Amino acid sequence: MKNQDIIIAGFGGQGILSAGRILAYAGMLENKNVSWLPSYGPEMRGGTANCSVIISDEAVGSPIINIATSLIVMNGPSLDKFEKMVSSGGVIIIDSSLVEKVPERKDVDIYRIPATKTALDMGNATFATIVLLGKLIAATNIVSKESFEEALKKTLPAKKHYMIPDEIKALEYGMNY
Amino acid sequence: MGEKLLMKGNEVIAEAAIRAGCKHYFGYPITPQTEIAHYMAKKMPEVGGTFVQAESEIAAINMVYGAASAGVRVMTSSSSPGISLKQEGISYAAGAELPAVIVNIVRCGPGLGGILPAQCDYFQAVKGGGHGDYKMVVLAPSSVQELYELTVEAFNISDKYRQLTMIMGDGVLGQMMEAVEFKDQENIVNVDKPWATTGTGMKREHNTIQSIYIQPEVLEQHNKKLQEKYKLIEENEVRVESYNCEDADIIVTAFGTTARIVNNVIKMAEKEGIKVGLIRPITLWPFPVKEFEKYAEVPKAFLSVELNAGQMVEDVRLSVNGKRPVYFYGRMGGMIPSQQEILDQIKQILNK
Repeated sequence: MKNQDIIIAGFGGQGILSAGRILAYAGMLENKNVSWLPSYGPEMRGGTANCSVIISDEAVGSPIINIATSLIVMNGPSLDKFEKMVSSGGVIIIDSSLVEKVPERKDVDIYRIPATKTALDMGNATFATIVLLGKLIAATNIVSKESFEEALKKTLPAKKHYMIPDEIKALEYGMNY
Repeated sequence: MGEKLLMKGNEVIAEAAIRAGCKHYFGYPITPQTEIAHYMAKKMPEVGGTFVQAESEIAAINMVYGAASAGVRVMTSSSSPGISLKQEGISYAAGAELPAVIVNIVRCGPGLGGILPAQCDYFQAVKGGGHGDYKMVVLAPSSVQELYELTVEAFNISDKYRQLTMIMGDGVLGQMMEAVEFKDQENIVNVDKPWATTGTGMKREHNTIQSIYIQPEVLEQHNKKLQEKYKLIEENEVRVESYNCEDADIIVTAFGTTARIVNNVIKMAEKEGIKVGLIRPITLWPFPVKEFEKYAEVPKAFLSVELNAGQMVEDVRLSVNGKRPVYFYGRMGGMIPSQQEILDQIKQILNK
Protein backbone atom coordinates (compact mmCIF):
# COMPACT_ATOMS: atom_id res chain seq x y z
CA MET A 1 0.00 0.00 0.00
CA LYS A 2 1.71 3.15 -1.14
CA ASN A 3 -1.03 5.64 -1.64
CA GLN A 4 -4.78 5.33 -1.11
CA ASP A 5 -7.17 8.00 -2.31
CA ILE A 6 -10.61 7.28 -0.90
CA ILE A 7 -13.91 9.01 -1.54
CA ILE A 8 -16.78 8.35 0.87
CA ALA A 9 -20.13 9.71 -0.31
CA GLY A 10 -23.79 9.64 0.63
CA PHE A 11 -26.46 11.74 2.33
CA GLY A 12 -25.87 14.18 5.17
CA GLY A 13 -26.54 12.52 8.53
CA GLN A 14 -25.21 9.09 7.61
CA GLY A 15 -21.92 9.79 9.32
CA ILE A 16 -19.92 10.11 6.10
CA LEU A 17 -17.61 12.85 7.37
CA SER A 18 -17.00 11.12 10.71
CA ALA A 19 -16.22 7.85 8.95
CA GLY A 20 -13.59 9.58 6.86
CA ARG A 21 -12.14 11.19 9.95
CA ILE A 22 -11.78 7.86 11.78
CA LEU A 23 -10.07 6.37 8.73
CA ALA A 24 -7.66 9.31 8.42
CA TYR A 25 -6.95 9.13 12.13
CA ALA A 26 -6.11 5.41 11.85
CA GLY A 27 -3.69 6.22 9.04
CA MET A 28 -2.08 8.93 11.15
CA LEU A 29 -1.65 6.45 14.02
CA GLU A 30 0.36 4.28 11.61
CA ASN A 31 2.62 7.27 10.94
CA LYS A 32 1.30 7.65 7.43
CA ASN A 33 0.67 11.06 5.89
CA VAL A 34 -3.05 11.78 5.81
CA SER A 35 -5.52 14.40 4.68
CA TRP A 36 -9.30 14.68 5.09
CA LEU A 37 -11.30 17.11 3.01
CA PRO A 38 -15.09 17.47 3.34
CA SER A 39 -17.43 18.74 0.69
CA TYR A 40 -18.69 22.08 1.92
CA GLY A 41 -19.91 23.52 -1.35
CA PRO A 42 -23.36 23.95 -2.87
CA GLU A 43 -23.98 20.19 -3.02
CA MET A 44 -24.21 20.26 0.79
CA ARG A 45 -27.34 22.35 0.44
CA GLY A 46 -28.84 19.51 -1.61
CA GLY A 47 -28.39 17.12 1.32
CA THR A 48 -25.47 15.12 -0.03
CA ALA A 49 -22.17 14.77 1.79
CA ASN A 50 -18.82 13.43 0.77
CA CYS A 51 -15.26 13.52 1.92
CA SER A 52 -11.88 12.74 0.42
CA VAL A 53 -9.33 10.89 2.50
CA ILE A 54 -5.74 10.39 1.41
CA ILE A 55 -3.46 7.98 3.27
CA SER A 56 0.05 7.87 1.90
CA ASP A 57 3.62 6.85 2.62
CA GLU A 58 4.73 10.08 0.96
CA ALA A 59 3.78 13.66 1.75
CA VAL A 60 0.23 14.41 0.65
CA GLY A 61 0.18 16.83 -2.28
CA SER A 62 -3.26 18.02 -3.24
CA PRO A 63 -5.98 16.90 -0.81
CA ILE A 64 -8.42 17.03 -3.73
CA ILE A 65 -8.98 13.63 -5.33
CA ASN A 66 -9.30 13.49 -9.11
CA ILE A 67 -8.79 9.73 -9.39
CA ALA A 68 -9.82 7.56 -6.43
CA THR A 69 -8.35 4.18 -5.56
CA SER A 70 -11.43 3.37 -3.49
CA LEU A 71 -15.01 4.59 -3.33
CA ILE A 72 -17.63 3.97 -0.67
CA VAL A 73 -21.16 5.01 -1.64
CA MET A 74 -24.28 5.24 0.47
CA ASN A 75 -26.72 6.65 -2.06
CA GLY A 76 -27.54 6.35 -5.76
CA PRO A 77 -26.55 9.87 -6.89
CA SER A 78 -23.08 9.42 -5.37
CA LEU A 79 -22.54 6.23 -7.38
CA ASP A 80 -23.54 8.07 -10.56
CA LYS A 81 -21.23 10.95 -9.72
CA PHE A 82 -18.09 9.14 -8.53
CA GLU A 83 -18.10 5.76 -10.31
CA LYS A 84 -16.13 7.11 -13.25
CA MET A 85 -13.48 8.60 -10.94
CA VAL A 86 -12.28 5.23 -9.62
CA SER A 87 -8.97 4.05 -11.05
CA SER A 88 -8.79 0.79 -12.97
CA GLY A 89 -8.19 -2.03 -10.48
CA GLY A 90 -9.72 0.09 -7.71
CA VAL A 91 -12.46 -0.76 -5.27
CA ILE A 92 -16.12 0.28 -5.09
CA ILE A 93 -18.03 -0.57 -1.91
CA ILE A 94 -21.77 -0.03 -2.00
CA ASP A 95 -24.39 0.01 0.72
CA SER A 96 -26.83 -2.31 -1.04
CA SER A 97 -29.57 -1.47 1.49
CA LEU A 98 -29.74 1.99 -0.08
CA VAL A 99 -28.36 1.63 -3.61
CA GLU A 100 -30.13 -0.76 -5.95
CA LYS A 101 -28.16 0.22 -8.99
CA VAL A 102 -25.21 -1.95 -9.97
CA PRO A 103 -22.08 -0.16 -11.26
CA GLU A 104 -21.28 -0.41 -14.96
CA ARG A 105 -17.54 -0.64 -14.41
CA LYS A 106 -15.97 -4.04 -15.13
CA ASP A 107 -12.36 -3.12 -14.32
CA VAL A 108 -12.81 -2.55 -10.58
CA ASP A 109 -13.59 -4.80 -7.59
CA ILE A 110 -17.17 -4.24 -6.53
CA TYR A 111 -18.56 -5.17 -3.12
CA ARG A 112 -22.25 -4.81 -2.27
CA ILE A 113 -23.04 -5.00 1.44
CA PRO A 114 -26.42 -4.41 3.15
CA ALA A 115 -24.70 -2.08 5.61
CA THR A 116 -27.64 0.05 6.73
CA LYS A 117 -29.89 -2.97 7.21
CA THR A 118 -27.19 -4.69 9.26
CA ALA A 119 -26.66 -1.54 11.31
CA LEU A 120 -30.38 -1.14 11.98
CA ASP A 121 -30.56 -4.79 13.05
CA MET A 122 -27.78 -3.95 15.51
CA GLY A 123 -29.86 -1.02 16.73
CA ASN A 124 -27.86 1.95 15.42
CA ALA A 125 -27.98 3.24 11.83
CA THR A 126 -24.67 5.06 12.19
CA PHE A 127 -22.84 1.70 12.36
CA ALA A 128 -23.46 1.39 8.60
CA THR A 129 -20.37 3.43 7.76
CA ILE A 130 -18.30 1.20 10.07
CA VAL A 131 -19.54 -1.93 8.26
CA LEU A 132 -18.47 -0.40 4.94
CA LEU A 133 -15.10 0.71 6.32
CA GLY A 134 -14.61 -2.88 7.55
CA LYS A 135 -14.92 -4.06 3.98
CA LEU A 136 -12.53 -1.34 2.81
CA ILE A 137 -9.91 -2.41 5.33
CA ALA A 138 -10.27 -6.08 4.38
CA ALA A 139 -10.16 -5.35 0.63
CA THR A 140 -7.26 -2.89 0.63
CA ASN A 141 -5.28 -3.36 3.87
CA ILE A 142 -5.24 0.40 4.03
CA VAL A 143 -4.87 0.37 7.83
CA SER A 144 -4.78 -2.44 10.37
CA LYS A 145 -7.86 -3.41 12.37
CA GLU A 146 -5.95 -2.50 15.54
CA SER A 147 -5.22 1.02 14.30
CA PHE A 148 -8.86 1.44 13.35
CA GLU A 149 -9.99 0.41 16.82
CA GLU A 150 -7.52 2.82 18.37
CA ALA A 151 -8.76 5.59 16.07
CA LEU A 152 -12.34 4.89 17.19
CA LYS A 153 -11.28 5.46 20.79
CA LYS A 154 -9.45 8.66 19.89
CA THR A 155 -12.16 10.19 17.75
CA LEU A 156 -15.28 9.25 19.73
CA PRO A 157 -16.04 11.43 22.76
CA ALA A 158 -15.67 9.54 26.06
CA LYS A 159 -19.44 9.48 26.65
CA LYS A 160 -19.83 7.40 23.48
CA HIS A 161 -17.11 4.88 24.29
CA TYR A 162 -19.73 2.38 25.45
CA MET A 163 -20.59 2.00 21.74
CA ILE A 164 -17.12 0.79 20.79
CA PRO A 165 -17.70 -2.98 21.33
CA ASP A 166 -20.72 -2.82 18.99
CA GLU A 167 -18.76 -0.72 16.49
CA ILE A 168 -16.08 -3.38 16.43
CA LYS A 169 -18.73 -6.04 15.79
CA ALA A 170 -19.97 -3.90 12.87
CA LEU A 171 -16.39 -3.58 11.63
CA GLU A 172 -15.84 -7.33 11.78
CA TYR A 173 -19.14 -7.98 10.00
CA GLY A 174 -17.94 -5.77 7.16
CA MET A 175 -14.49 -7.31 7.08
CA ASN A 176 -15.87 -10.83 6.83
CA TYR A 177 -18.81 -10.15 4.51
CA MET B 1 7.15 18.38 20.05
CA GLY B 2 3.81 17.24 21.31
CA GLU B 3 1.41 14.59 20.14
CA LYS B 4 0.22 14.47 16.54
CA LEU B 5 -3.38 15.64 16.27
CA LEU B 6 -5.79 15.48 13.35
CA MET B 7 -7.34 18.93 13.12
CA LYS B 8 -9.19 21.20 10.74
CA GLY B 9 -7.20 24.10 9.31
CA ASN B 10 -9.59 26.72 10.68
CA GLU B 11 -9.39 25.27 14.18
CA VAL B 12 -5.62 25.18 14.01
CA ILE B 13 -5.50 28.90 13.18
CA ALA B 14 -7.56 29.64 16.29
CA GLU B 15 -5.52 27.30 18.51
CA ALA B 16 -2.27 28.77 17.17
CA ALA B 17 -3.47 32.31 17.89
CA ILE B 18 -4.32 31.42 21.48
CA ARG B 19 -0.93 29.73 21.89
CA ALA B 20 0.71 32.87 20.50
CA GLY B 21 -0.89 34.86 23.29
CA CYS B 22 -3.86 36.28 21.41
CA LYS B 23 -6.35 37.22 24.10
CA HIS B 24 -8.92 39.04 22.02
CA TYR B 25 -10.86 37.87 18.99
CA PHE B 26 -13.54 39.88 17.24
CA GLY B 27 -15.36 38.49 14.22
CA TYR B 28 -18.53 37.90 12.31
CA PRO B 29 -19.40 34.48 10.84
CA ILE B 30 -19.00 33.69 7.17
CA THR B 31 -18.32 30.43 5.29
CA PRO B 32 -15.71 28.95 4.90
CA GLN B 33 -13.97 30.21 8.06
CA THR B 34 -16.67 30.13 10.72
CA GLU B 35 -14.91 27.32 12.64
CA ILE B 36 -12.33 29.93 13.70
CA ALA B 37 -15.04 31.85 15.53
CA HIS B 38 -16.57 28.61 16.92
CA TYR B 39 -13.23 27.60 18.37
CA MET B 40 -12.53 31.05 19.78
CA ALA B 41 -15.98 31.26 21.37
CA LYS B 42 -15.29 27.99 23.19
CA LYS B 43 -11.64 28.52 24.11
CA MET B 44 -11.25 32.25 24.81
CA PRO B 45 -13.17 32.16 28.11
CA GLU B 46 -10.93 29.23 29.22
CA VAL B 47 -7.77 31.32 28.79
CA GLY B 48 -9.23 34.49 30.28
CA GLY B 49 -9.58 36.09 26.88
CA THR B 50 -12.37 37.89 25.08
CA PHE B 51 -14.51 36.58 22.25
CA VAL B 52 -17.00 38.96 20.70
CA GLN B 53 -19.26 38.17 17.80
CA ALA B 54 -19.56 41.72 16.58
CA GLU B 55 -22.65 43.11 14.90
CA SER B 56 -20.75 43.36 11.62
CA GLU B 57 -17.32 42.94 10.05
CA ILE B 58 -16.84 46.71 10.24
CA ALA B 59 -17.49 46.68 13.96
CA ALA B 60 -15.11 43.75 14.41
CA ILE B 61 -12.15 45.44 12.69
CA ASN B 62 -12.70 48.58 14.73
CA MET B 63 -12.72 46.51 17.92
CA VAL B 64 -9.39 45.16 16.71
CA TYR B 65 -8.19 48.76 16.35
CA GLY B 66 -9.16 49.44 19.95
CA ALA B 67 -7.59 46.32 21.44
CA ALA B 68 -4.38 46.73 19.42
CA SER B 69 -4.14 50.35 20.63
CA ALA B 70 -4.07 48.99 24.17
CA GLY B 71 -1.11 46.82 23.22
CA VAL B 72 -2.69 43.35 23.43
CA ARG B 73 -2.46 40.58 20.85
CA VAL B 74 -5.66 40.61 18.82
CA MET B 75 -7.08 38.87 15.77
CA THR B 76 -10.06 38.97 13.47
CA SER B 77 -10.98 36.58 10.68
CA SER B 78 -13.37 36.57 7.77
CA SER B 79 -13.75 35.55 4.16
CA SER B 80 -13.61 37.69 1.05
CA PRO B 81 -16.84 39.77 1.18
CA GLY B 82 -16.26 40.30 4.91
CA ILE B 83 -12.66 41.34 4.32
CA SER B 84 -13.90 43.93 1.80
CA LEU B 85 -16.06 45.41 4.55
CA LYS B 86 -13.03 45.65 6.83
CA GLN B 87 -10.91 47.66 4.40
CA GLU B 88 -11.54 51.08 5.93
CA GLY B 89 -10.54 49.80 9.36
CA ILE B 90 -7.49 48.08 7.88
CA SER B 91 -6.28 51.33 6.31
CA TYR B 92 -6.81 53.23 9.57
CA ALA B 93 -4.97 50.57 11.58
CA ALA B 94 -2.10 50.60 9.05
CA GLY B 95 -1.94 54.40 9.32
CA ALA B 96 -1.89 54.17 13.11
CA GLU B 97 0.76 51.42 12.91
CA LEU B 98 -1.24 48.95 14.95
CA PRO B 99 -0.06 45.34 15.24
CA ALA B 100 -2.87 42.88 14.56
CA VAL B 101 -3.54 39.68 12.68
CA ILE B 102 -6.27 39.40 10.06
CA VAL B 103 -7.24 36.04 8.57
CA ASN B 104 -8.83 35.81 5.13
CA ILE B 105 -10.04 32.33 4.15
CA VAL B 106 -10.72 33.38 0.59
CA ARG B 107 -13.85 32.41 -1.32
CA CYS B 108 -14.70 33.14 -4.93
CA GLY B 109 -16.02 36.52 -6.05
CA PRO B 110 -16.70 39.13 -7.13
CA GLY B 111 -19.59 40.23 -4.94
CA LEU B 112 -21.17 37.55 -2.81
CA GLY B 113 -19.76 35.09 -5.37
CA GLY B 114 -19.67 31.59 -3.95
CA ILE B 115 -18.25 29.76 -0.98
CA LEU B 116 -15.70 27.55 -2.73
CA PRO B 117 -11.90 28.03 -2.69
CA ALA B 118 -10.28 30.86 -4.61
CA GLN B 119 -7.20 33.09 -4.60
CA CYS B 120 -8.91 36.08 -6.15
CA ASP B 121 -8.10 38.43 -3.25
CA TYR B 122 -4.36 38.50 -3.99
CA PHE B 123 -4.49 42.05 -5.34
CA GLN B 124 -6.65 43.23 -2.46
CA ALA B 125 -4.24 41.77 0.09
CA VAL B 126 -0.87 42.76 -1.39
CA LYS B 127 -1.62 45.90 -3.38
CA GLY B 128 -3.83 47.78 -0.97
CA GLY B 129 -7.51 47.08 -0.64
CA GLY B 130 -7.96 50.07 1.58
CA HIS B 131 -6.84 53.58 0.68
CA GLY B 132 -3.42 55.10 1.10
CA ASP B 133 0.20 53.97 0.78
CA TYR B 134 0.25 51.07 3.18
CA LYS B 135 1.30 47.44 3.15
CA MET B 136 0.22 44.36 5.04
CA VAL B 137 2.52 41.40 5.49
CA VAL B 138 0.62 38.60 3.74
CA LEU B 139 1.39 35.00 4.70
CA ALA B 140 0.17 32.15 2.48
CA PRO B 141 0.37 28.76 4.23
CA SER B 142 -0.13 25.57 2.24
CA SER B 143 -0.63 22.95 4.95
CA VAL B 144 -2.33 22.64 8.30
CA GLN B 145 1.05 22.43 10.05
CA GLU B 146 2.08 25.63 8.32
CA LEU B 147 -1.19 27.32 9.34
CA TYR B 148 -0.05 26.77 12.93
CA GLU B 149 3.52 27.92 12.45
CA LEU B 150 2.67 30.97 10.35
CA THR B 151 -0.15 32.09 12.63
CA VAL B 152 2.32 32.24 15.53
CA GLU B 153 4.78 34.04 13.25
CA ALA B 154 2.11 36.51 12.19
CA PHE B 155 1.77 37.76 15.76
CA ASN B 156 5.54 38.04 16.14
CA ILE B 157 5.95 39.98 12.90
CA SER B 158 3.05 42.27 13.80
CA ASP B 159 4.47 43.17 17.19
CA LYS B 160 8.03 43.50 15.95
CA TYR B 161 7.16 46.12 13.33
CA ARG B 162 3.86 47.58 14.65
CA GLN B 163 2.40 46.07 11.53
CA LEU B 164 -0.77 44.44 10.20
CA THR B 165 -0.26 40.86 9.09
CA MET B 166 -2.73 38.87 7.05
CA ILE B 167 -2.95 35.10 6.84
CA MET B 168 -4.42 34.25 3.48
CA GLY B 169 -5.81 30.77 2.99
CA ASP B 170 -8.73 29.33 1.08
CA GLY B 171 -11.63 27.00 1.71
CA VAL B 172 -9.56 23.85 1.13
CA LEU B 173 -6.98 24.84 3.76
CA GLY B 174 -9.62 26.01 6.19
CA GLN B 175 -11.83 22.95 5.86
CA MET B 176 -9.30 20.15 5.49
CA MET B 177 -7.88 18.07 8.31
CA GLU B 178 -4.24 17.10 8.48
CA ALA B 179 -1.86 16.04 11.18
CA VAL B 180 -0.53 18.91 13.23
CA GLU B 181 2.09 18.90 15.96
CA PHE B 182 2.05 21.79 18.36
CA LYS B 183 5.33 22.67 19.98
CA ASP B 184 5.67 22.41 23.76
CA GLN B 185 6.28 26.11 23.83
CA GLU B 186 5.73 28.70 21.15
CA ASN B 187 8.53 30.99 20.07
CA ILE B 188 6.87 34.19 21.15
CA VAL B 189 8.77 37.39 20.50
CA ASN B 190 7.93 39.71 23.35
CA VAL B 191 8.12 43.33 22.31
CA ASP B 192 7.74 46.26 24.65
CA LYS B 193 4.92 48.55 23.60
CA PRO B 194 5.68 51.88 25.24
CA TRP B 195 3.41 53.49 22.63
CA ALA B 196 0.29 51.64 23.80
CA THR B 197 -2.60 53.51 25.38
CA THR B 198 -2.54 51.68 28.69
CA GLY B 199 -3.08 54.65 31.00
CA THR B 200 -0.42 57.12 32.08
CA GLY B 201 -0.63 56.31 35.79
CA MET B 202 0.11 60.03 36.12
CA LYS B 203 3.74 59.10 35.40
CA ARG B 204 4.16 59.84 31.71
CA GLU B 205 2.79 61.89 28.85
CA HIS B 206 -0.36 60.68 27.10
CA ASN B 207 0.09 58.22 24.27
CA THR B 208 -1.96 58.91 21.17
CA ILE B 209 -2.99 56.40 18.52
CA GLN B 210 -4.04 58.16 15.35
CA SER B 211 -3.97 58.03 11.59
CA ILE B 212 -4.89 61.68 11.08
CA TYR B 213 -2.10 64.17 10.38
CA ILE B 214 -3.53 67.44 9.09
CA GLN B 215 -0.18 69.16 8.46
CA PRO B 216 1.17 67.99 5.08
CA GLU B 217 4.80 68.19 6.24
CA VAL B 218 4.02 65.98 9.20
CA LEU B 219 1.98 63.53 7.14
CA GLU B 220 4.72 63.23 4.56
CA GLN B 221 7.21 62.46 7.33
CA HIS B 222 4.79 59.87 8.71
CA ASN B 223 4.49 58.29 5.26
CA LYS B 224 8.27 58.24 4.86
CA LYS B 225 8.58 56.49 8.18
CA LEU B 226 6.04 53.89 7.05
CA GLN B 227 7.90 53.33 3.79
CA GLU B 228 11.18 52.85 5.66
CA LYS B 229 9.52 50.25 7.83
CA TYR B 230 8.17 48.46 4.74
CA LYS B 231 11.67 48.46 3.25
CA LEU B 232 13.00 46.86 6.41
CA ILE B 233 10.29 44.20 6.26
CA GLU B 234 11.16 43.54 2.59
CA GLU B 235 14.77 42.99 3.65
CA ASN B 236 14.04 40.76 6.64
CA GLU B 237 10.78 38.91 6.32
CA VAL B 238 10.66 37.26 2.88
CA ARG B 239 9.69 33.61 3.11
CA VAL B 240 9.74 31.29 0.11
CA GLU B 241 10.16 27.60 -0.68
CA SER B 242 11.80 26.38 -3.88
CA TYR B 243 11.91 22.82 -5.09
CA ASN B 244 13.55 21.17 -8.06
CA CYS B 245 14.51 24.54 -9.64
CA GLU B 246 18.26 24.06 -10.25
CA ASP B 247 17.96 22.59 -13.75
CA ALA B 248 14.22 22.79 -14.35
CA ASP B 249 12.75 22.82 -17.86
CA ILE B 250 9.99 25.03 -16.54
CA ILE B 251 9.42 26.69 -13.17
CA VAL B 252 5.85 26.74 -11.97
CA THR B 253 4.93 29.21 -9.28
CA ALA B 254 1.92 28.87 -7.02
CA PHE B 255 0.93 29.56 -3.43
CA GLY B 256 -1.32 27.91 -0.86
CA THR B 257 -3.54 25.05 -2.01
CA THR B 258 -2.49 25.48 -5.63
CA ALA B 259 1.15 24.78 -4.73
CA ARG B 260 0.06 21.42 -3.31
CA ILE B 261 -1.53 20.50 -6.64
CA VAL B 262 1.69 21.50 -8.39
CA ASN B 263 3.62 19.13 -6.10
CA ASN B 264 1.63 16.27 -7.65
CA VAL B 265 2.24 17.67 -11.13
CA ILE B 266 6.02 17.59 -10.54
CA LYS B 267 5.85 13.81 -9.96
CA MET B 268 3.61 13.20 -12.99
CA ALA B 269 5.88 15.28 -15.21
CA GLU B 270 8.97 13.46 -13.98
CA LYS B 271 7.54 10.20 -15.33
CA GLU B 272 7.31 11.83 -18.74
CA GLY B 273 10.87 13.16 -18.55
CA ILE B 274 9.92 16.80 -17.89
CA LYS B 275 11.66 18.54 -15.03
CA VAL B 276 9.28 20.92 -13.32
CA GLY B 277 10.50 23.27 -10.59
CA LEU B 278 8.31 25.03 -8.06
CA ILE B 279 8.74 28.41 -6.42
CA ARG B 280 6.16 28.77 -3.66
CA PRO B 281 5.95 32.27 -2.20
CA ILE B 282 5.06 31.97 1.49
CA THR B 283 5.05 35.74 1.95
CA LEU B 284 2.98 37.26 -0.87
CA TRP B 285 4.13 40.61 0.49
CA PRO B 286 7.03 41.01 0.78
CA PHE B 287 7.22 39.12 -2.52
CA PRO B 288 10.25 36.81 -2.94
CA VAL B 289 11.70 38.84 -5.83
CA LYS B 290 15.26 37.60 -5.28
CA GLU B 291 14.25 33.96 -5.53
CA PHE B 292 12.84 34.61 -9.01
CA GLU B 293 15.94 36.61 -9.95
CA LYS B 294 18.11 33.71 -8.83
CA TYR B 295 16.40 31.24 -11.16
CA ALA B 296 15.31 33.69 -13.86
CA GLU B 297 17.61 32.30 -16.55
CA VAL B 298 17.35 28.60 -15.62
CA PRO B 299 14.11 27.34 -17.21
CA LYS B 300 12.70 27.85 -20.68
CA ALA B 301 9.69 29.58 -19.16
CA PHE B 302 7.74 30.32 -16.00
CA LEU B 303 4.11 29.39 -15.39
CA SER B 304 2.02 30.95 -12.63
CA VAL B 305 -0.93 28.80 -11.58
CA GLU B 306 -3.58 30.55 -9.52
CA LEU B 307 -7.24 30.26 -8.53
CA ASN B 308 -8.04 33.60 -10.16
CA ALA B 309 -7.85 35.43 -13.50
CA GLY B 310 -4.12 36.22 -13.17
CA GLN B 311 -2.98 38.30 -10.20
CA MET B 312 0.29 37.05 -8.69
CA VAL B 313 1.55 36.55 -12.26
CA GLU B 314 2.09 40.33 -12.44
CA ASP B 315 4.60 40.19 -9.56
CA VAL B 316 6.23 37.14 -11.15
CA ARG B 317 6.69 39.07 -14.42
CA LEU B 318 8.17 42.06 -12.56
CA SER B 319 10.59 39.73 -10.77
CA VAL B 320 11.61 37.67 -13.82
CA ASN B 321 12.01 41.04 -15.53
CA GLY B 322 11.72 39.88 -19.12
CA LYS B 323 14.48 37.27 -18.89
CA ARG B 324 12.05 34.46 -19.69
CA PRO B 325 8.44 34.34 -20.85
CA VAL B 326 5.95 34.10 -17.99
CA TYR B 327 2.70 32.26 -18.69
CA PHE B 328 -0.46 32.06 -16.64
CA TYR B 329 -3.03 29.38 -16.02
CA GLY B 330 -5.95 29.83 -13.66
CA ARG B 331 -9.43 28.64 -12.80
CA MET B 332 -12.14 30.76 -11.24
CA GLY B 333 -15.49 30.51 -9.49
CA GLY B 334 -14.38 27.76 -7.10
CA MET B 335 -13.18 25.47 -9.89
CA ILE B 336 -9.85 23.85 -9.10
CA PRO B 337 -7.43 22.74 -11.83
CA SER B 338 -6.59 19.05 -11.93
CA GLN B 339 -2.99 17.83 -12.06
CA GLN B 340 -3.54 16.71 -15.64
CA GLU B 341 -4.81 20.13 -16.67
CA ILE B 342 -1.68 21.81 -15.35
CA LEU B 343 0.58 19.19 -16.94
CA ASP B 344 -1.14 19.79 -20.29
CA GLN B 345 -0.40 23.51 -19.94
CA ILE B 346 3.25 22.77 -19.20
CA LYS B 347 3.58 20.55 -22.28
CA GLN B 348 1.89 23.13 -24.46
CA ILE B 349 4.31 25.83 -23.26
CA LEU B 350 7.41 23.66 -23.69
CA ASN B 351 6.37 22.71 -27.24
CA LYS B 352 6.08 26.35 -28.29
